[in-house]
Amino acid sequence: MGNPNKAKAEKGLMRWVDDRFPATQMWQEHLSKYYAPKNFNFWYFFGSLALLALVNQILTGVWLTMSFNPSAEGAFDSVEYIMRDVEWGWLIRYMHTTGASAFFLVVYLHMFRGLLYGSYKAPRELVWVFGMTIYLVLMAEAFMGYLLPWGQMSYWGAQVIISLFSAIPGIGPDLAQWVRGDFLISGITLNRFFALHVVALPIVILALVVLHIIALHEVGSNNPDGIDIKQKKDEAGVPLDGIPFHPYYTVKDLVGVAVFLFVFCVVVFYFPEGGGYFIEKPNFDQANPLQTPDHIAPVWYMTPFYAILRAITFSVFGLDAKFLGVIFMGAAIAILFVLPWLDRSPVRSMRYKGWMSKTMLTLFAISFVILGVLGVLPSTEGRTLLAQACTVIYFAFFVLMPFYTKLEKTKPVPERVTG
Amino acid sequence: MKKYLFGLLFALVPVTAMAAGGASVPHSMDPDLHDQASLQNGMKLYVNYCMGCHSLKYQRFARAAEDLGMPQDLVEENLIFSSDLAFNDQMHIAMNSGDAESWFGAPPPDLSLKTRVRGTDWIYSYLLGFYKDPSRPTGVNNTVFDLVAMPNVLEPLQGVQELVCSETDHPVAGQSPDPLSGKYQSCDVLQVTQPGSMEPAEFEEAMYDLTNFLAYVGEPSKLQAQALAPKVLIFIFIFGVIAYLLKREYWRDVH
Repeated sequence: MGNPNKAKAEKGLMRWVDDRFPATQMWQEHLSKYYAPKNFNFWYFFGSLALLALVNQILTGVWLTMSFNPSAEGAFDSVEYIMRDVEWGWLIRYMHTTGASAFFLVVYLHMFRGLLYGSYKAPRELVWVFGMTIYLVLMAEAFMGYLLPWGQMSYWGAQVIISLFSAIPGIGPDLAQWVRGDFLISGITLNRFFALHVVALPIVILALVVLHIIALHEVGSNNPDGIDIKQKKDEAGVPLDGIPFHPYYTVKDLVGVAVFLFVFCVVVFYFPEGGGYFIEKPNFDQANPLQTPDHIAPVWYMTPFYAILRAITFSVFGLDAKFLGVIFMGAAIAILFVLPWLDRSPVRSMRYKGWMSKTMLTLFAISFVILGVLGVLPSTEGRTLLAQACTVIYFAFFVLMPFYTKLEKTKPVPERVTG
Repeated sequence: MKKYLFGLLFALVPVTAMAAGGASVPHSMDPDLHDQASLQNGMKLYVNYCMGCHSLKYQRFARAAEDLGMPQDLVEENLIFSSDLAFNDQMHIAMNSGDAESWFGAPPPDLSLKTRVRGTDWIYSYLLGFYKDPSRPTGVNNTVFDLVAMPNVLEPLQGVQELVCSETDHPVAGQSPDPLSGKYQSCDVLQVTQPGSMEPAEFEEAMYDLTNFLAYVGEPSKLQAQALAPKVLIFIFIFGVIAYLLKREYWRDVH
């Protein structure tokens, strides 16, 4: 089929490009000749979905900036202007707000996949560290984005989080003031958060995503069995258990994209407020520095760490509870970075680890979810106690990992992937 | 097993009810954005009874006319009273907020987004919750908003409502129902003691319409979203089926 002259011309054009830019080489290295294990399961959809969520945030974000007014006087009104007077503005905005929650959901599932199959273990330590850095910057990005609509929860949520800096002994109050750029959260804070949210942090996130993928493609993808597929290759040097990412995983991921988009659109069209968890009700009142809402809760994706912060209700060594809370909250995120060096197990995948690893991961996942729920609720004595118990489990999962992964008896790992 | 699950479910009910927080709201109200007659009546009530003090600064007359199915001339004749406002304008008010503050203690809030902050149950219960209280400067108080500053502007329609001691169907805390009638004794029962121009049931319906209109104003795009959603979802579904078939075809040779 086709005109042979045209095919020839295309080949000529491609060669012309390839002589000047490694287009074909890059296409092959990252897609058509990137050999991924053939036994990816359900958990492996979330990497490509995270990329989709990122693209959605950037595109809808660009269109929102076209009508958003980043000032204390105009921000709230401009959001309602987008919702009512801008053509398709409501859809663009709901795709952005729902997209933020969807992004965190797929990122959490993507990270859990890493824990499940030991994708952070050598030689993929840098893949994990780059990924964790993305997650950290993403939290900053989401936090700053949440101030922009300038609703009551935007304002008071930011107030609570920025005041955490002031808990640091000595430099704290000055540091918090430096972050705000004012004595209290004001239009100045809004302006700098806008700059960081739409320019600085997205650039950092995009760069980190490139690093994450380059590092992954350098060492190759892990798989549910945690086997190194490069050990067994055919005469042509192709891993026996590997298949080219394109077309096999591109078409498979398309199915995941369809399922994701279906659920995503149901939320965008029918439940954009997410029951008050994606857009909190007090945020439909404009920010008012003189009126504190009854109950301040961060958006759901931050709440596990917020619960850890609040779980620290005691002072030790003269350090007050608030500062200790900040330290524990920071440590809860920081400890994830060193995970590759805590796991001493000879195997990667949970399939072949012992009962101790399995129990610890289960307890960890349960307590993370419980912390998330506790973080949105007002604290009571009983809830604080539960949050403290879950915080202990959260840290025990990491701190005890060098011991239980070394002590336990692992199962033999098969030679080839088991599908 | 099922029994236990149900038991567990009921054990959770008070917890979730508590988690919702705030004062109890006696009435529930589900908006119906497709009932144009109700929405139109709600808008009529709004411009006649509320818009003297409460603006809807994000809602344009023209948008409401389009969404609620009202012709422009009808809207201009019957719903726009100020000569300063045109068909394409937002529903602003003439009252100066400084004056309002000195008269009421606080300027009456804009109501564009109030159903999204408080919910329709609250707004509906609030509108039905005024009762006579001579100790208040306005002569009225409200069951869901204690010490409210707003006078009961709907009194000509509703009549005078008072808190009386009577039997009620609503459960009262710390009381078991009368074994014969199944009713409770309470001194927090609202009763119309001097009739207004509307019967109580008629008034409730009018307040439903008013709340319904405010629910529409809170999120006019909801109508567009509900119209567009099925098309988008069907498209994605078909896309998903094709993607799955494509995947199956490609993966045939992977063993």
